[in-house]
Amino acid sequence: MDQPALLEMRGITKEFPGVKALDGVNLTVRPGTVHALMGENGAGKSTLMKCLFGIYAKDSGTITLEGKEISFKNSKEALENGVAMVHQELNQALTRSVTDNLWLGRYPKVGGIMVSEGTMRKRTREIFEELEVHVDPKAIMSTLPVSQRQMVEIAKAVSYDAKIIVFDEPTSSLTEVEVEHLFRIINMLRSKGCGIIYISHKMEEILRISDDVTIMRDGQWVATRPAKELTMDEIIRLMVGRELTNRFPPKDNVPGEVILEVEHLSGKYTRLKDASFRLQKGEILGIAGLDGSGRTEVLENLFGAMTRGGGTIRLHGREIQNRTPRESIKNGFALLTEERRATGIFGIRDILDNTVISNLKSYLVGGICLSDKKMQEDTAWSIQAMRIKTPSQKTQIRSLSGGNQQKVIIGRWLLTKPEVLLLDEPTRGIDVGAKYEIYQLIINLAKENKGVIMVSSEMPELLGVCDRILVMSGGQLAGEVDAKTTSQEEILTLAAKYV
Amino acid sequence: MSKESKALEKQAWTSQRVLDLILNNALIIIMAVAVVYIAFKNPNFIKPASLINILSQTCAYLPVALGVGGCIVLTGTDLSAGRIVGLTACLSASLLQAVDAASKMWTSITPPPVLLVLALAMVLGALIGAFNGFFVAKFKLHPFIVTLATQLIVYTALLLYVKAGNNNGMAISGLDKSYSGFITGSLPFAKIAGTPIPNYVWIAVVCTALMWFIWNKTTFGKNMFALGANEEAARVSGVNVFATTIMVFALAGAMYAVTGFIEGARVASNTANTGLNYEADAIAACVIGGVSFVGGIGKIRGIVIGVLMLRLIFVGLNMVNVPQDLIYLVKGAIILFACALDMRKYLVKK
Repeated sequence: MDQPALLEMRGITKEFPGVKALDGVNLTVRPGTVHALMGENGAGKSTLMKCLFGIYAKDSGTITLEGKEISFKNSKEALENGVAMVHQELNQALTRSVTDNLWLGRYPKVGGIMVSEGTMRKRTREIFEELEVHVDPKAIMSTLPVSQRQMVEIAKAVSYDAKIIVFDEPTSSLTEVEVEHLFRIINMLRSKGCGIIYISHKMEEILRISDDVTIMRDGQWVATRPAKELTMDEIIRLMVGRELTNRFPPKDNVPGEVILEVEHLSGKYTRLKDASFRLQKGEILGIAGLDGSGRTEVLENLFGAMTRGGGTIRLHGREIQNRTPRESIKNGFALLTEERRATGIFGIRDILDNTVISNLKSYLVGGICLSDKKMQEDTAWSIQAMRIKTPSQKTQIRSLSGGNQQKVIIGRWLLTKPEVLLLDEPTRGIDVGAKYEIYQLIINLAKENKGVIMVSSEMPELLGVCDRILVMSGGQLAGEVDAKTTSQEEILTLAAKYV
Repeated sequence: MSKESKALEKQAWTSQRVLDLILNNALIIIMAVAVVYIAFKNPNFIKPASLINILSQTCAYLPVALGVGGCIVLTGTDLSAGRIVGLTACLSASLLQAVDAASKMWTSITPPPVLLVLALAMVLGALIGAFNGFFVAKFKLHPFIVTLATQLIVYTALLLYVKAGNNNGMAISGLDKSYSGFITGSLPFAKIAGTPIPNYVWIAVVCTALMWFIWNKTTFGKNMFALGANEEAARVSGVNVFATTIMVFALAGAMYAVTGFIEGARVASNTANTGLNYEADAIAACVIGGVSFVGGIGKIRGIVIGVLMLRLIFVGLNMVNVPQDLIYLVKGAIILFACALDMRKYLVKK
């Protein structure tokens, strides 16, 4: 570590009313290295990055870039000085084209006022070629899958010729293949001498890609070490400040009789075709597959959130329709959606409203008036049972962390007393400690004899939590494996079957 | 009480916090200052007669605002409110003309029971509202477009209606005593310093209580807020989006009809122009009262305050002889100011 630092953040402190979000944090990034920044949600990683980009004004501390002290006022100024960021939440102009998005805010001009479409197209092609990104520059952003949009965002950050690039959870919506691609890009940037700050919750990735690792906890710097000296357990121990021997809780659920039989399930407007499978009581059935392979479609078709083209669903041997989410809820189904912000939470409403919305009928007194007392009791139960960290029931849900938001939604569904739970990426964007709690919740549900179907793009998670795993490929069911005996290689082979 | 909220309580009175407090209550403060100033310039402003005038004007306009509030919670709006007020006002008045009224519209009709006409008007309003809601829910059209269109359709119906019977497009007057007494009369005990409180104030009070109940205590109310906050999440959570949308607009239509029914007797001489631009005042009142176009947010209390504030300013500025032309400027400024303050609360602070 004796090279001169590219970026050095020293003693960064930031206080919000009542909370010390950052307390003397240090971060040193050497040129030509990947520096992983780790910590549970709320540890202060994002706040630290926001101080770097001038989104927040730091209270004290210094930031030096190539030996010069800097203090950016906004992200535009940071970009102009060679500091770029790939955000976790994609903020893109969805109705505009890929090219427009790439050059937004710095359109190449002709004669000072006209946008030079030609230059823009040419440069876009060059960048995409260099990075081997296969996205149509003319495509409208909203028509692309999330993973391709993510690649555009990455290309955009690279296109600034930045010296420092921050990746905030870049792989949360990427498939295995795309992750490999991203790593090739990162390696290329590293060999060009860039400094990469890599924020992620995924241990395997961190250990593979990074040179140095800085770990934060509760707004404080905990440790900075070379990645090769660290093990997964060591990182977890440093992050949570306690020994976390296992990433998964013990699996003590016992699958029982068949509860759900699905035959020839097909989507009307989606590529899902002819999926047949069964689910047992007390079983956790995983669904693996690449992005766009039809994993989400299986759940949403079952739940009636997407239009079904054909197929039959039998619950306890009796055929049911599940044409709309409302009907499915009545039949004892629950769906935790993939995109929490877009289709899960009511951001502007409070915890109570977010908890009771699917279960309103059971709070009616005299058939018309909702009982505040009953709603508060159930919300209190959910907060306690899910271990939701919130100041009160009246707190807006959008002010909670991702993990706590997810727990509120799981609580919402448990109140409807479902028999079959459909969980789509239940731990996306959630920190390690909270993930463990969600796994425990899922296993507990199975122990209560509920049937659980769980879609995930994180294979270790499927292997650690599920009993059986269905593998989707190109809209079809490519195979079924036993979670105890299978391997990641077997699943990947199946996932590529119909691609 | 959790640790966080206790920490907040102990917070120091920083200048930022004082500023926040002032800005969050700026409208109330400005109103208070304006009322004191106007009362100082013209003491008549706070005499019972003037106060009851403000109160009764507020109550006449209130049901429209209560109705349109629901549409705004759904991130929509309703431009047809004013015309529905006009149509239901003319309908109510024409059915309740006195037997001996000059040029009675429907000579063959003897005035039916007042409450029956109110019910009829509300059903008509609800049907038009449901029509709006159907196009919003079924075809995913923006309520601005839908109600811009229905507003014209309803106006045509109104123009044709006032030419029906023996009316020939004249103002509908000569109302039956049962109707004008029911609306503009007053209960024997309802007097403040000798000035009677008109009955339609109580109608508005009942509407407010009813709407408060619907918004806060019913499944429909919770569903409405959820739908306004996040339509997709509401659908997945099992909310009947189609039915809820139609219900919100139908309920709004029924509320417009209540104001129509009041205006029928309060104005007592109704033409096709009755109700013109009522939606503008109602929407303004809602946003002043914090029913946000962001969606999923709003309180009945806020709507009542919003309507009251607009009336206070109108009556007050007239009393200190501000020229009528300038009053619109003040109104416009208040709306802009109120919305800017409102948005400030919902912006994610960075």
